[in-house]
Amino acid sequence: MATVENLPSPSTERPIGFGRLKRKEDARFIRGQGNYLDDIRLPGMVHGVILRSPYAHAKIVSIDTSAALALPGVAAVITAKDLETLGLAWMPTISYDTQAVLAGDKVRFQGQEVAFVIATDEYIARDATALIDVEYEPLPAVVNARKALDDDAPLIRDDKDGQVDNLASPTWEAGDAAATDTAFAEADTIVTRDIIYPRCHPAPLETCGMIADFNPETGQLDIYNGNQAPNAHRTVYAHVAGLAEHMIRIRCGDIGGGFGNKVPVYPGYVCAIAASIVAGVPVKWIEDRSENLMSTGFARDYIMHSDICAKDGKITGLRVDVIADHGAFDSTAQPTKFPAGFFHICCGSYDLEAAHVRVKAVYTNKAPGGVAYRCSFRITEAVYLVERMVSALATEMGVDPIDLRMNSFIAPEQFPYVTTTGWTYDSGNYAETMKVAMDIAGYEDLRREQAEKRARGELMGIGVSFFTEGVGAGPRKHMDILGLSMNDGADLRVHPSGKAVVSISAQTQGQGHETTFAQIVAEELGIPPEDVEVRHGDTDRTPYGLGTYGSRSTPVSGAAVAVVSRKVRDRARLIAAQMLETSPEDLAWEKGRWYVKGDPEQDALIEDISVYAYSGQPMPEGMEGGLDAQVIYDPPNLTYPYGAYIAVVDIDPDTAHVKVRRFIAVDDCGVRINPMIVDGQIHGGLAEGIGIALMEVITFDEEGNCLNGSFMDYLIPTALECPDFELGETVTPCPHHPLGAKGVGESPNVGSPPAIVSAIIDALHETHGVDHIDMPCTPARVWAAMQGRPEPPQ
Amino acid sequence: MHVTITINGQPVSREIEPRLLLVHFIRDTPGLTGTHWGCDTSNCGACVVLMDGKPLKSCTMLAVMAEGHEIRTVESLERDGVLDPIQEGFHELHALHCGFCTPGMLMTGRALLDERAGQTPLSEAEIRTAISGAICRCTGYKNIVAAIQWAAEHEAAQRQEV
Amino acid sequence: MQTPAPFEYERATSVEGVIASLQRLGSEARVIAGGHSLLPMMKLRLANPEHLIDINDLEPELGYIRELADEIRIGALTRHAALMESATLAEHFPAFRDAEAVIADPVVRNRGTIGGSLCQADAAEDLSAVCTALGAQVVIRNAEGERVVGMDDFHIGPYMTAVGDGDLLTEVRLSLRPGGGSAHEKVERRAGDWAIAAATAAVWIDGGTITDAGIALSAVGPTTVHLPRATELLRGATPSDELFAQAGEIAAADCSPVSDSRGPADYKRHLAGVLTERALRRASARALKQEA
Repeated sequence: MATVENLPSPSTERPIGFGRLKRKEDARFIRGQGNYLDDIRLPGMVHGVILRSPYAHAKIVSIDTSAALALPGVAAVITAKDLETLGLAWMPTISYDTQAVLAGDKVRFQGQEVAFVIATDEYIARDATALIDVEYEPLPAVVNARKALDDDAPLIRDDKDGQVDNLASPTWEAGDAAATDTAFAEADTIVTRDIIYPRCHPAPLETCGMIADFNPETGQLDIYNGNQAPNAHRTVYAHVAGLAEHMIRIRCGDIGGGFGNKVPVYPGYVCAIAASIVAGVPVKWIEDRSENLMSTGFARDYIMHSDICAKDGKITGLRVDVIADHGAFDSTAQPTKFPAGFFHICCGSYDLEAAHVRVKAVYTNKAPGGVAYRCSFRITEAVYLVERMVSALATEMGVDPIDLRMNSFIAPEQFPYVTTTGWTYDSGNYAETMKVAMDIAGYEDLRREQAEKRARGELMGIGVSFFTEGVGAGPRKHMDILGLSMNDGADLRVHPSGKAVVSISAQTQGQGHETTFAQIVAEELGIPPEDVEVRHGDTDRTPYGLGTYGSRSTPVSGAAVAVVSRKVRDRARLIAAQMLETSPEDLAWEKGRWYVKGDPEQDALIEDISVYAYSGQPMPEGMEGGLDAQVIYDPPNLTYPYGAYIAVVDIDPDTAHVKVRRFIAVDDCGVRINPMIVDGQIHGGLAEGIGIALMEVITFDEEGNCLNGSFMDYLIPTALECPDFELGETVTPCPHHPLGAKGVGESPNVGSPPAIVSAIIDALHETHGVDHIDMPCTPARVWAAMQGRPEPPQ
Repeated sequence: MHVTITINGQPVSREIEPRLLLVHFIRDTPGLTGTHWGCDTSNCGACVVLMDGKPLKSCTMLAVMAEGHEIRTVESLERDGVLDPIQEGFHELHALHCGFCTPGMLMTGRALLDERAGQTPLSEAEIRTAISGAICRCTGYKNIVAAIQWAAEHEAAQRQEV
Repeated sequence: MQTPAPFEYERATSVEGVIASLQRLGSEARVIAGGHSLLPMMKLRLANPEHLIDINDLEPELGYIRELADEIRIGALTRHAALMESATLAEHFPAFRDAEAVIADPVVRNRGTIGGSLCQADAAEDLSAVCTALGAQVVIRNAEGERVVGMDDFHIGPYMTAVGDGDLLTEVRLSLRPGGGSAHEKVERRAGDWAIAAATAAVWIDGGTITDAGIALSAVGPTTVHLPRATELLRGATPSDELFAQAGEIAAADCSPVSDSRGPADYKRHLAGVLTERALRRASARALKQEA
């Protein structure tokens, strides 16, 4: 029982720099004073609601909006015809495809946008959508990606000149086919699997939406929108709407979760903008949860066929063939030269002799998307594949899954290591991280417990996954999105008062940037974090950059802030030398001050330097006044966080219900700016991994009806499904990052599903002969596996 | 129709349609956008407020049904500039990331603490059950559970002091 | 968020008032109690009643758990949370507490009512199985008076009960007999979800012999599945694992599950058997006072 003496009191730790610092942004959220999109009310604002297609594939014969227009309170009903006159009926996607903003000729997925109603309030707008009469002529739908390229498959994208089939993106290859064939020929063990990573959805708690406010007098377009890349979106709107980019301002406010769902430009956004331009009033559009699940960017949907081989106890080769289901429009987000994202990092953490990867993308009559949900551009798929294959290989070889990995890891002395598929991993000590995980888990004890339980007919499984992923995209010579380089900027201004403002192009959706980026400035300059204002989420007040997804905030924007802080520090040195009447070489730095080497009492504090910089006092030769700097950071490489995860599951032998009893996660994300926030990111991603492994899926029937269009059927883990996560760490600083940090946001979602699924297989292999199961591992699917019933391929 | 609903001790009167949901009535009241919504089917808990001291999913009640009852929202937790221990706990233990589920979690936690005040200490299982009607996509729940535990212990110690 | 279509609303001040309104308004009127089945359907526009009659102010009349000499009477407006906390029910019919722990979530349970759950008559609904296994009777009132209906007659079809236009469910009655024990077992995909399958078992044991039993299943038929053949098997028998396994076989055989996103029919059938066995084991132990 807590007494006054041992009461856990509010912590007083207030590091100046890296460390466990409570978040600055909490103050408004715990008071319910966040500023999310739906909290914004503008004078004269009207509400938009989208009418969506009930069919997965159908011709639109006619649209009668007269009854809707007659409803009191309805201001307008916009269809494709109206948008055509503005040149906005179709829009470009991030993958250089086009997507219908409102369907004109055909609908191509259930939930596709057909009309946009604007009314004085949302209730009336919804009533009006029910009054719009659309006549459809249903067409057969393509729902099975494996069948999308059959000769008799209906053509989905007949809007595209020269499109004769449902191929969305031609086969993309990485690695060396011949060398891989040789490795397999020489192997002593080969395992083959068909592994599906099913369609799932990031489902942030706040749905997507926008307020578009066009001022016809000034030509200024003000946009309020939770999106993860506001500068890039602004460029797209300028291009699509023919507006001057400098006359568009996007403000993101507080965002209730993104997870990649808020990266794309959605038709609803373009409709809101178009409506505001035409009507001259602010237009708010916010989707409901069904719309979010049925029409916005889903994740994964990879059908993978893979072989893996080993020789003399070591993994030697990997071959993967993928059919990627992109839905009705190709709107996946990835750097231009990487149409399959970074999937070819499926070579994993292993010193392979060879690997060969092929990915082909198809259209289906489903919502567009594929790259989302903390995927690091398809690395979730890649790691799921390789870690499942490695664990399957270990089982086939009759060896412990950790032993096989230890024997096959890239060794520390091999870094920098060029993988068989062209990645240059910069650093790593994989065995050390694996050992820490084993210690925390008590791995030997777990195996003993498992054996005892098995003897009693109880089913317990232990699953292992070890991932290396690549984040922080990316170097401008290799990576762009829609032709925009993936560099991010940072502006730092220290005011005369010694307090600072750092403006960044990263866009938090809960990652704690207002705290962590202040901590970087604090670490570099010694200004307390509470005196550093982090400015973000306003394209008028922040530098250009490509935003936050793919765990890139710390690797790219974090590096930018470190570099810009050091620029300021270097300027401060010159000013300090002037102030102390000495030469800059005679000065040494200690957090917060420059001091004379050998005479530390002679110093200039940063707050005094800033006063000086703005005063009338003489500046060093050739230097302008003030104390600020700007940087656009071009990362030299990706960073490569890695981790060792162990899952312990118990399966009810009669009902096949799976419980994740324990989850051990040891991450190496390099130097940790704020360990509390890093741990928090990991907790969240592990919960998502449990969801994906056990219950989250978007499925369709043969007609293309979406069967998981609400939170009654798209199941997300509650506190009861998540164990008390056990975390550990190793720290291998990234050699090229100014802070040695790597980024961590996606790692837990990358590494956890294979650990859980391998654990389930581990529980059932000896007793039931199970050697494969596809996600989600619902009780029904686990039971079917226990009966020896393979799931039919989708 | 005309309704008057007591929110955070204050009567709020408005002319509304019967179909107006309570969550919208609350959010249309100046200064009360802290109560959020995140789904259509009463699953996510972002809209949880207290009605007569008990957690309620305000998206699943008509505003008119709340007349005659006491509604408490997240804005009522801080009093005279002093944070409620549950708010302190969430801040102390990093129990929020994006903040969208936070008001619902805070009110659920507050009600649990009120219900169990002066009784045997809360267990982890009890806390997880109490918040099982609310989804968080960001935190993985571990720190939310710890924060509620922290607040319970903090309040228990304060009661001992008195 | 999705929002309902327009409707008229009235707040009932008495049971007589509800019945008079129901009679006046006909089939376009719906009673709303907890609203956690009806309002989501209205928001999705799957249900569009023209009139809603709010009966929540009738808690003094319709919200109670009363122990009489040989009967427990539960008012239809009794909330799930109250059913879960009731010491009376925990003592006499512990299947209620078992079921409530797995119905929806604690917040929803503050509002949902037993009357609402029974009248919604989703085949996967847990309390319907509990009441059926316990041999409950429900009281339905209308302008003509009151009638008492057994659970088999109460369930007519999917989402259809004996409560017709103009009717109001007012009470659930459970007869008290010595030597009783009951339990509810459920498997779901995630906490709070509908059952993939669930089973309630109730037994009454005297001198080591089962004198009466009731088994009912959720989510494995068009409505709650009652198992009279299992009752026949158990009556007069001595509790044993073999007996319970046989009852499980009957359960698996006598239900008619369909395949859907919760699972294929054969898995549900399998669960019907497993959960019947488990529920019987616990019900028996409780009847014999061998289990807490």
